[in-house]
Amino acid sequence: MFDALSGKLGDVFDRLRRRGALSETDVIEAMRDIRLALLEADVALPVVRDFISKVRLQAVGTEVLRAVSPGQQVVKIVNDALVEALGGEGVVPLNLNAAAPIPFLMVGLQGSGKTTTSGKIALYLKDKQRKKVLLASLDTQRPAAQLQLAQLAERAGVASLPIIAGETPVQIARRAMDTGRREVFDVVILDTAGRLSIDEALMDEVKAIRAATDPAETLLVVDAMTGQDAVATATAFNEAVSITGIVMTRLDGDARGGAALSMRAITGAPIKLMGMGEKLDALEQFHPERIASRILGMGDIVSLVEKASENVDQANAEKLAKKMAKGKFDLEDYGEQLKQITKMGSLSGIMGMLPGVGKIKQQLADADLDTSILKRQGAIISSMTKAERANPDIMKASRKKRVAAGSGTSVQEVNRLLKQFDMMKDMMKRASKLGQKGLARGGLGALMPQGGGRRPF
Amino acid sequence: MALGFFSRLKAGLTRSTTKLTTGITDTFTKRKLDDFALEELEELLIAADLGPTVAAKVIRAFRRARFGQDVSPPEIRAALADEIAKILAPVAQPLTIDETKQPFVILMVGVNGTGKTTTIGKLAQIYADAGQKPMLVAGDTFRAAAVEQLQIWGNRAHAPVVIGAQDADPAGLAFDAMTRAEREGAKILLIDTAGRLHNKAALMEELRKIIRVIKKRDPTAPHAILLTLDATTGQNALTQVKTFKDMVDLTGLIVTKLDGSARAGVVVALAESTGLPIHAVGVGEQAADLRPFDATEFARALTGADPV
Ligand SMILES: Nc1nc2c(ncn2[C@@H]2O[C@H](COP(=O)(O)OP(=O)(O)OP(=O)(O)O)[C@@H](O)[C@H]2O)c(=O)[nH]1
Ligand SMILES: Nc1nc2c(ncn2[C@@H]2O[C@H](COP(=O)(O)OP(=O)(O)OP(=O)(O)O)[C@@H](O)[C@H]2O)c(=O)[nH]1
Ligand SMILES: [Mg+2]
Ligand SMILES: [Mg+2]
Repeated sequence: MFDALSGKLGDVFDRLRRRGALSETDVIEAMRDIRLALLEADVALPVVRDFISKVRLQAVGTEVLRAVSPGQQVVKIVNDALVEALGGEGVVPLNLNAAAPIPFLMVGLQGSGKTTTSGKIALYLKDKQRKKVLLASLDTQRPAAQLQLAQLAERAGVASLPIIAGETPVQIARRAMDTGRREVFDVVILDTAGRLSIDEALMDEVKAIRAATDPAETLLVVDAMTGQDAVATATAFNEAVSITGIVMTRLDGDARGGAALSMRAITGAPIKLMGMGEKLDALEQFHPERIASRILGMGDIVSLVEKASENVDQANAEKLAKKMAKGKFDLEDYGEQLKQITKMGSLSGIMGMLPGVGKIKQQLADADLDTSILKRQGAIISSMTKAERANPDIMKASRKKRVAAGSGTSVQEVNRLLKQFDMMKDMMKRASKLGQKGLARGGLGALMPQGGGRRPF
Repeated sequence: MALGFFSRLKAGLTRSTTKLTTGITDTFTKRKLDDFALEELEELLIAADLGPTVAAKVIRAFRRARFGQDVSPPEIRAALADEIAKILAPVAQPLTIDETKQPFVILMVGVNGTGKTTTIGKLAQIYADAGQKPMLVAGDTFRAAAVEQLQIWGNRAHAPVVIGAQDADPAGLAFDAMTRAEREGAKILLIDTAGRLHNKAALMEELRKIIRVIKKRDPTAPHAILLTLDATTGQNALTQVKTFKDMVDLTGLIVTKLDGSARAGVVVALAESTGLPIHAVGVGEQAADLRPFDATEFARALTGADPV
């Protein structure tokens, strides 16, 4: 996602660091590179200009030139400016401080992800906030749009407003709010049709919807791949319906996501959520400081680990899918999985050396702890014979004792592993029924037991 | 071509380029084309999504030809449009249907929400009107109501739609559709696929499988593999198109949502780096809103130059 930009900025700072003390020319030159990097990352031009002049102001002069470690000083200045531009530190939660039923209004361009995000937010509010949610589609434009939302509602296990053909979006909005009051819903999510910011008739329509429902949240849903058009879109929607928050979708892609910076700068509204996939649970809080540090290449450890784990999932999903299709997932495969996971655990060591990661050191230490369990399991598996790995059912007491001794563990631990593996196989069978397609989409995550707590790393 | 064609495309693009045009006017009224002016011009191109590299390249060509001259805004726009049209001309190619292939198989691919299904609906209308008996295949068996969406488009064009079960294997479905198309004498088979991000290896592999299976039925198929590119997409379009091209041998592009405020300047970079044909542009959500891609028209609309 922001990796490419991180790399770019990383280069710039490496050069600065090697030079030691900075001259004014150095700063100006660095800013030229930063400008280019930001533009290549699709940050909108006016936002880039602002950002550069702000940072240059701070960088040129004593602060940087007299600093003990000039390179680090510049990093700090640029990072702070990025964090600020992205919305300061911390997460801004969805606003639930309103009288029920609380209306949420979803707006944005065609295909940006409004309907999917409506479903995701509904699932989140239901599961994590224990809210009773009603989903209502006001999209009378796109073929089967209302049906799409109804199906998502079913998947999320929340109610959706019955579809009545021929109603206008404003009529549907009113009916949704009436239903919300009558049937005592906590939140009513109003999904709207995609519209172009220059389409006056449709922009008037969404204004009317807003006026009729007075939403507690008016969320602008934006594709992370958006280019310079972010300016026009953000400006138009903000002027029409006063955006209260932004959702960036498709951050599971590899777009640098400069639109995040643009959108936030232009609307002043916080980026509240990130869409990380097509499934309904692929929704995350937006962390400005995490994204900023990622942009700078200074290592946003937490999301890096998350990303790495996704990669492992993705790479293995296919291999696993094949094995499972043949009903052939065995301990050999499990051992392979463990190796991958422990490899990532060792990442924590490297990351710990990066600057500015003090507060996550503890998390890393925790991660190491869990990794050690996995290492032991790995050792158990490698102490087994090929035959045992392929067919764990033959593991009787004597074999268990041998393996425990060979791996420096205990028979209890061997038992635990075998039991766990059995459970896993069960899940595999279930996943098989889900179909290969579901697996390819969800990766290993789809195989994990629901509510099975945190991942082991 | 109907009169509505250019006026509609132009209407969209003109609205979208108002800012660019104003910028040029402000910059160049009664002025010499100096370094400062060129720098501003370059930024205006960047704001149209040409990307910093291509914008710089266009400006370099400009500098050679025009530096130090007294220039008026219309001249600037026309010259700039020429520069861009030159790059785009080679890729402006209509999609031609080889009638010896029956069915002529078109596979629609692309990132989520870019307009695949809608574009199939538009193409179905065009081919149905031309008596070419299109058949549609609801190959997106993943997204909620994707099948129903395509069915509605099929009904509009009075074209049959082949559907499978939810989460059915799209490759198998495509194979069955080939058989049915042959049996029923459909001349053009339009296969919809689920949206997928190019960086998801498993999903890209799924797409390759669809193609492999289609080839079992007809080794020359699919005869066209088209990617829909959303006009609002920024520089990520380069990676997007390159990856799809590497993975599935794209044969052409269709730029959608050009009726909005986005200028799709990234197309210029794409023309240079990939040389992939751009067959058409989407300029609205209705069946009639698909137009051939015209390099001069596009470039002139992009720069705010007057139509030829
Ligand atoms: N990879 C990925 N795909 C997403 C994400 N959010 C949405 N999508 C996909 O994007 C496509 C469009 O999503 P929709 O929710 O239909 O978009 P929309 O804004 O409601 O579209 P319109 O109603 O037509 O304007 C679908 O294929 C979704 O599955 C995301 O965060 N990541
Ligand atoms: N204004 C405008 N909207 C368009 C155009 N093409 C498609 N759309 C809209 O964009 C949205 C997404 O279009 P779809 O055809 O569903 O996109 P898709 O690529 O099939 O989406 P997924 O299957 O979810 O990946 C819909 O609201 C369409 O009406 C266009 O040329 N102009
Ligand atoms: Mg929608
Ligand atoms: Mg589709």
